[in-house]
Amino acid sequence: MTIVLLRNARLIDPETGTETDGSLLIENGVIRAVGSAVDTPAKDIKSIDCNGKVLAPGIIDIGVKVCEPGERHKESFKTAGQAAAAGGVTTIVTRPDTLPAIDTPETLEFTRRRANEAAPVNVLTMAALTKGRDGREMTEIGFLLDAGAVGFTDCDRVVTDTKVLTRALSYARSLGALVMGHPQDPGLSKGAAATSGKFASLRGLPAVSPMAERMALDRDIALIEMTGVRYHFDQITTGRALPALRRAKDNGLDITAGTSIHHLTLNEFDVADYRTFFKVKPPLRAEDDRQLIVEAVRDGLIDIICSMHTPQDEESKRLPFEEAASGAVGLETLLPAALRLYHSGDLDLPTLFRALSLNPAKRLGLAAGRLTVGASADLVLFDPDAPFVVDRFKLHSKSKNTPFDGTRMQGKVMRTFVAGREVYEG
Amino acid sequence: MGFTDKHLLGIEPLSPAAISEILDLADSYVDLNRRSNKHSDVLAGLTQINMFFENSTRTQASFELAGKRLGADVMNMAMQASSIKKGETLIDTALTLNAMHPDLLVVRHPQSGAVDLLAQKVNCSVLNAGDGRHEHPTQALLDALTIRRAKGRLHRLSIAICGDIAHSRVARSNIILLGKMENRIRLIAPPTLMPSGIAEFGCEVYEDMHQGLQDVDVVMMLRLQRERMDGGFIPSEREYYHRYGLDAQKLKAAKDDAIVMHPGPMNRGVEIDGDIADDINRSVIQDQVEMGVAVRMAAMDLLARNRKMQMSEGAA
Repeated sequence: MTIVLLRNARLIDPETGTETDGSLLIENGVIRAVGSAVDTPAKDIKSIDCNGKVLAPGIIDIGVKVCEPGERHKESFKTAGQAAAAGGVTTIVTRPDTLPAIDTPETLEFTRRRANEAAPVNVLTMAALTKGRDGREMTEIGFLLDAGAVGFTDCDRVVTDTKVLTRALSYARSLGALVMGHPQDPGLSKGAAATSGKFASLRGLPAVSPMAERMALDRDIALIEMTGVRYHFDQITTGRALPALRRAKDNGLDITAGTSIHHLTLNEFDVADYRTFFKVKPPLRAEDDRQLIVEAVRDGLIDIICSMHTPQDEESKRLPFEEAASGAVGLETLLPAALRLYHSGDLDLPTLFRALSLNPAKRLGLAAGRLTVGASADLVLFDPDAPFVVDRFKLHSKSKNTPFDGTRMQGKVMRTFVAGREVYEG
Repeated sequence: MGFTDKHLLGIEPLSPAAISEILDLADSYVDLNRRSNKHSDVLAGLTQINMFFENSTRTQASFELAGKRLGADVMNMAMQASSIKKGETLIDTALTLNAMHPDLLVVRHPQSGAVDLLAQKVNCSVLNAGDGRHEHPTQALLDALTIRRAKGRLHRLSIAICGDIAHSRVARSNIILLGKMENRIRLIAPPTLMPSGIAEFGCEVYEDMHQGLQDVDVVMMLRLQRERMDGGFIPSEREYYHRYGLDAQKLKAAKDDAIVMHPGPMNRGVEIDGDIADDINRSVIQDQVEMGVAVRMAAMDLLARNRKMQMSEGAA
């Protein structure tokens, strides 16, 4: 079996929160040794000089939309996998908001099979919480768990009937299943394309108050307390939601929270003259909110950063802003965008990888996301300073809807390893 | 710098000098329009297409007349009945029309930003005749001209804008224009019809008509769109009229020589009392319609000049 030595690297360990210069030894797809002094076995090894660049646990991206089944012209497992590998993402956790929704063990098995055939990175799948994501009847949570579902979510559709939701959450709790929710009050946010405030008023766009997020968060927290379910909020994007989240965590509820890279690095003004590539769900927020969310990631109140990768074709974006589809691709730009927060001095690298790799691994119970002996050798080697300009037509994703087109960024992935196997070299 | 843009998509990008230039030229077209021979041929040989994706009688007629008086070949397209119904996208429609070499597109669309989008895809000049809740620049310009002619100036006036501000592109364009010309702007509406963050535009916000109208020089009423009634923005028409409809009693709070404006079409007895609307000493509503044609002639004339300039620069 191949043994790989990655030497002369800047090792980022989010678990201990440390950066050290040293080497890392991979054997049988697992990290065998790591540190400043690594004993190398005498037999044949492949040795790679990292030239002092950063070696970190590969990113685990929760909430990626791969458009299979139904819209393979927008994104397939193959292209999403290639984009992930090029972006240093070693595990993608897919969303069930496909056509049809992944709400039966049969559709789940189809996606698992397609993913294993086509994607060079690890693919885990989430299933819908209710049938057809319609919010009326819970899915076969038990069968879906057996078929390999790692979480249950209706994605951006909020279950409005709290009785249905309570039953689904209780049932999920009895099986220890993780449920992911989208905190957005459906009434207030109906038809909204922007966050209410000066910008939305200036552009004449229908808008939603940031309070819609806190309202939904409060509701869900009450139900989590009632049912004891393991729960993850997909995206927390407003400052006003944070105190409630803090209280719920302090009260010992089994809650984690995520946020998207776009909400961490962009604000509502980036929409400028109705640029539809900046239309995401929930809409981009005020700069004050963005800063509070960055702070919450630093404090650990927000656990996870994700790309919320949502491929959309040109036709669905080349429309008036209100009509245009929401969402942005993000697998390939997640790391360089996140490094903006490192270069700005907001977050150090161990903190960043705590949110990108360690916390998602912990939440999903994966033996990855850390640089410790025995962990899966899912790794990314990158140069955090290398500058480049994003060209959307060079992205591996089939859909090119990135808000970062033409943006100058820093941070290039040099190599990506999945279970010790090199899946990308830049 | 005067008005040198290729398109007129909104008031936001205009400088005060550009606004004044358009209004000055419009003044001369008011004179032309009052003559028996109203014909000029500054747009002779040019093709103007009016594309209205939203129903309009008054604005479309005003643009059509303006184009014809300047000698352009004018075509009206009722977009609601056409290819849009067949599923064609806005951009495809734009590209199709573009291939016919028009010189000026006058566009109204129910969605904010749609006219900007269209302007990116065509070679000719585009004039925004109202997009969603975003902007309606010629309406703001004609209101400005009406105020300037009635008050003798367009600065340091106290101007109240009343009614459904949240859904009004007329209000937005007026707030921006009157703000650029350094007027004091008061907005009066129930909170359900007031856009959020509007105070940051430098406006004073009132929920009470009597307080808001205190000593103002100009009262601009906005049309209450009937469809808002179903949306539950206000409890009923009669309560709205009682609290926010302009009548003689409420108008007393304004200055004695305050003028009353309305972009039309009016709902008499909903947002404005019929007697006030017809009071020749206070109401300038008919003047607004007259100024509308002149302002649109001026805007189209300048757009054609700018385009000619750019084309000759491009050739040189």
